[in-house]
Amino acid sequence: MSNPLADMDKPDVIFCIGTNMTECHPVAATRLKRALARGAKMIVADPRRIGLAEIADVHLPLRVGSDVSLLLAMAHVIAREGLMDQAFIGERTAHGEDFMEHVAQYTPEWAAEICECDPADIEKAALLYGGADRGAIYYTVGVTEHICGVDNVQSLCNLALMTGNLGREGTGVNPMRGQNNIQGAGDAGALPNNYPGFQTVTDPAHQEKFHKAYGRKVDLETGMTKVTALDLCGDGIHAMIIDGENTLVTDPDRHHCEHALKSLDCLVVIDIFMTETAKVADVVFPATAWAETDGVCTNTERRVQRLRAAVPPPGEAKPDWWILSQLARRMGWQGFDFGSAKEVFNELCALSPLYNGLDWDRIDRGEYQWPVPTHDHPGTPRLHEERFENGRGIFKMLEYRDPEETISDEYPMWLTTGRRLPQYHTRTQTGRSDGIDYLLSEETLEVHPEDIVRLGLKDGGYAELSNPRGCVYVKVRATSKSPKGTVFASFAFEDVPVNVLTGGGYDPVTQTAALKACPVALKPVGPPPALTQTGPETGFAAL
Amino acid sequence: MRHNGAALTLTLDGEKVAFTRGETLYEVAERHGRDIPTLCYDPRLEPFGGCRLCVVELEGARNPVASCTMRAEPGMVVRTRTASIEVQRRILMEMVASENRDTDVDPMHGYASQEMAELLDRYDARTGRFAGATSGRSRPDDDNPFIMRDYENCISCYRCVRVCAEQEGDYAISVMNRGFHTQITTEFGGHLKDSACTFCGQCIQTCPTGALGDLKALANKDVPGETETTRTVCPYCGVGCSVDVMTRGEKIVGVLPAMDGPANEGALCVKGQFAFDFVHHPDRLSTPFVRDDESGELRPASWDEALDFAAGKLRKVVKDHGRRAVYGIASGRAPHEAAYMMQRFIRAGLGTNHIDNCSRA
Repeated sequence: MSNPLADMDKPDVIFCIGTNMTECHPVAATRLKRALARGAKMIVADPRRIGLAEIADVHLPLRVGSDVSLLLAMAHVIAREGLMDQAFIGERTAHGEDFMEHVAQYTPEWAAEICECDPADIEKAALLYGGADRGAIYYTVGVTEHICGVDNVQSLCNLALMTGNLGREGTGVNPMRGQNNIQGAGDAGALPNNYPGFQTVTDPAHQEKFHKAYGRKVDLETGMTKVTALDLCGDGIHAMIIDGENTLVTDPDRHHCEHALKSLDCLVVIDIFMTETAKVADVVFPATAWAETDGVCTNTERRVQRLRAAVPPPGEAKPDWWILSQLARRMGWQGFDFGSAKEVFNELCALSPLYNGLDWDRIDRGEYQWPVPTHDHPGTPRLHEERFENGRGIFKMLEYRDPEETISDEYPMWLTTGRRLPQYHTRTQTGRSDGIDYLLSEETLEVHPEDIVRLGLKDGGYAELSNPRGCVYVKVRATSKSPKGTVFASFAFEDVPVNVLTGGGYDPVTQTAALKACPVALKPVGPPPALTQTGPETGFAAL
Repeated sequence: MRHNGAALTLTLDGEKVAFTRGETLYEVAERHGRDIPTLCYDPRLEPFGGCRLCVVELEGARNPVASCTMRAEPGMVVRTRTASIEVQRRILMEMVASENRDTDVDPMHGYASQEMAELLDRYDARTGRFAGATSGRSRPDDDNPFIMRDYENCISCYRCVRVCAEQEGDYAISVMNRGFHTQITTEFGGHLKDSACTFCGQCIQTCPTGALGDLKALANKDVPGETETTRTVCPYCGVGCSVDVMTRGEKIVGVLPAMDGPANEGALCVKGQFAFDFVHHPDRLSTPFVRDDESGELRPASWDEALDFAAGKLRKVVKDHGRRAVYGIASGRAPHEAAYMMQRFIRAGLGTNHIDNCSRA
């Protein structure tokens, strides 16, 4: 996030897009509700009538994957009405004039044809955000998990740049990160293009720095992404080490993924449970879990916080860093003699400009938000206050692109996926915590009541969801939370593996999978054969 | 803050003290070390003035005033602990306790559950002078596994209703009837599951009598040992809520929200509050496994064997296909040290950048 969580009750106008915050980041959502109670206005762009939409001033039920068209039209209205922050544009940005010219063609009427929102609502939303003194944007993977994920984020940045809604209290462009340390994994350098602290691997100065630190030259080329690596399993990639990820269930196109992992000569999995992914490994190492591990995590607002062990681990489970450093030593490599999490974290701090001012003891109370470049630095709750890191904020001239796969006569419905409040991811943890199943014990497909009738489905009956990648059986629930033509399911339950179906393309820049827009066919089926799913090749039915 | 060029001051128990415009008498007194008793007060909520325990003497006012709702004004003369105020507080405590079935509850009920019992001790108010009818109707029929609804111990302080509305914005619970017949309830008087309740547990944690209780923690109330707490961060989404994990011996017995947690300021959701016991689940891996060459099945192995087995396989891949044939995927759920060591393994060990984390899917 560009701004701290504490800013979330301060905007005049809140714009939430692709974020089901009341279910996925419930505690952050409470701050937005307090802002609304104080009189703030809220725009919610989401295909579904999610909890936030129920309390919004404007709900834009856009068609999945059409975000760029909607955001171009909002920029159009803001430009047409002269709601820009000219001083900000002049002092802090580049290509502002070109951008205003670029958006002149993208009227709300044009966008309405694509995003299926009412042009009047697009106008209303644009006037609200454009007219705000403090306008804040919040988004989650509903924005990024598309073939145009980067374009979507840059469209949001364009809106913030043209209205000067950056670098001030209660403003910003704020991604809500979905996992307790997904921010930290990137901070720590688990990226193919960046060393720790987002230092690009293609920069010879960075390479020199790490050559010195690690005593070994590292390739000057960017590595491949996980997506490419999975594509190349058995054909260039022959071994994988996977830590704490149930790749088989969470990644798109499950059959492809299973085939990829089974093509490896060596799969090493580190996890706390025998996940579906661990079951196909050659070696499984038992890791210590939350509340058993001393360590550090960074939250969505870049706050660096300590994790503390409260109980001993079961049996011989060990911390992940210990397992990997021991494995490195067995490989015969030097320099992996770490004795504690503290030593590991302090080495990271020494090598990352964002963490240079931090160390294990200094983060004891979780006061610091990165960057913290020096020991006397107070941390950076709000980014971009005086200037942008890279000079000027650059307007991007974006065009709308269709998803890689679009609905057709054969596959006429959009499937979109996500989480539900009580269950987390593939239920490896919530499914093993007493009581959670009381709130949600099975998956259902959310279908608009008119679609139920049109497709001959039955509320509480079963449906077969299919596309060329496979098919899934699922119980149907009639709800106007889903718009007509779009159905929703979460990927939490093993017996409804919706990621058998997803996988229609990737963002060309980040290679983030298009998990949120997937054309499917939907037909009624009788009582479930065995609530299983089958695929074209593997047919692994016994799950 | 200055007012007409001079600091705003009032007289607190004979001492001249400064205050900021907008502060209540309770806040000023607390800041100056006074320990004014309260039951309906939660610093996160709008002052309510319901329990009347925080009354203080204000010169010029006919009756004692509730310090939690009274804004400080320049020149006020306030006495927080006179003999008559203390007698009044004691009688109030006797009366409050008289309506409840229990005056003492297990601390596992929740964060604030001992507040009433502590005040009864402080005011020596367990006299039973007003014993008689009790108020509130418990809901043992509500079969939810998280929130005990034992309203026979409710004192109608409305903290649960207010935290649900003001902090959570959920408005799942409200108040039915008045006076002695006041009852905390949901829409249509049903179960919490059928209301707007999200089971965040905030009502439990603010309840000062244990009328609401954390059923998951209470299930552990007989686990032997002293309860210890450890400050850490919730394992689920990226908000990074601080929690205090309660343990007895080697067992996690519950979770308390950290009121001073920088990201959450006391708030939690259903997962952070209640989904902690996966840690002790029998499915946890407690030993390494290797795939047996003969049977093709995974079988338990020692660390020594498993590490050698993995290193041998990896070395063979490097020998057969080169160092670029190995790929590392770090976790977004494990700490920094895990991700850092994964990239160090790949970069310092193999000299490649074939490393990623799980954020692309």
